[in-house]
Amino acid sequence: MTNPNALLHRRDVVNELVRDRGDLLVIAGLGAPNWDVSAAGDHPNNFPLWGAMGGASMIGLGLALAQPRRKVLVITGDGEMLMNVGSLATIAVEAPKNLTIAVLDNERFGETGMQKTPTASGVDLAAIAVACGIRTSRIVRTMAEVTELRDLAHAGRATAFAQIKISAEALVFVMPPADGVILTSRFRQSVLGDEALFN
Amino acid sequence: MADAAKSRDEAPAALPTWPDEIYHVLKEAGIRQVAMVPDAGHSRLIRRFEDDPQTRVVTLTTEEEGVAMLAGAWLGGERGVLLLQSSGVGNCINMLSLPVICHMPLLMIVTMRGDWGEFNPWQIPMGQGTRPSLEAMGVIVTKVDEPHLVASAVQGAANLAFNSWKPAAVLIGQRVLGAKNFKELARK
Repeated sequence: MTNPNALLHRRDVVNELVRDRGDLLVIAGLGAPNWDVSAAGDHPNNFPLWGAMGGASMIGLGLALAQPRRKVLVITGDGEMLMNVGSLATIAVEAPKNLTIAVLDNERFGETGMQKTPTASGVDLAAIAVACGIRTSRIVRTMAEVTELRDLAHAGRATAFAQIKISAEALVFVMPPADGVILTSRFRQSVLGDEALFN
Repeated sequence: MADAAKSRDEAPAALPTWPDEIYHVLKEAGIRQVAMVPDAGHSRLIRRFEDDPQTRVVTLTTEEEGVAMLAGAWLGGERGVLLLQSSGVGNCINMLSLPVICHMPLLMIVTMRGDWGEFNPWQIPMGQGTRPSLEAMGVIVTKVDEPHLVASAVQGAANLAFNSWKPAAVLIGQRVLGAKNFKELARK
């Protein structure tokens, strides 16, 4: 990356966030973040969404509270985050140390024709997160900062939020299983053990 | 539950016992996460959970957050309950796709407005739309209008939700909650 002002590539960002993932748990928001997480490698500890727009961060909260020893990383888009931005207030109050929210911000609704989202007009999600009380919150523009974010997410010492400025590129879809029962059952079996199948 | 019936017949002015009964039912069901947008009808139950160090009470900015949060709880092996007013059911509709398509349990306890004895006309559309909209999304609905039947309705819905991985809602009617109280509150 020779041009310091060049926007990041979303799949480079996601590959770095889940590098050496260990037992990291990943929630992926619907649309391109789902395909990005899947392109980085299908995994039973991923819960990629095909719908439920606006819910990714709150799924992350419920999971982080239920599994306080595991690190939870939500990877979602700016449109998805904006749909339920109030959840940042809810999450800030609960402040689970093991939850990181990474918003891939291309300033577009990518699946519907690349229409501009409010972040294209300057809406600052990272500042909203700070105003809600998530002190570890930042706008990320370089791969070095992505690596820092990856380390924060894997360390899990405080609720963290990042708005990662990425280029508005349309990439080939890489899809995980679409059946919600398969995604749910394999995630629970991986996290909770075989007992989960008998519950 | 027998106590509730007795107090209803013999001492109509006494505090209702159903909130305490459903607290115990929910504890027995293993509830650890309580997601809620407050309603007057839930205030006693919320206080019980807030005093309970084993449960986490999470105040939401809108009810669909709770649907998503409890899906996350289930993925992590914890059981939860969503406490909301009927108006908040409307906020949940699309998010209910999540537990429905993923076969996840979801237990919702809904206190009704826009129901028997309502004084605020603006509550009527969503109050009357609560049951049909939940059912349209595949949620199994039980309505209770008798105080002594509330606890068994919640117990049945909890069993249904957690043993068959379905969203289930109990609607507690204004006959139970006492619609006239809202006007009295306004005068105070």
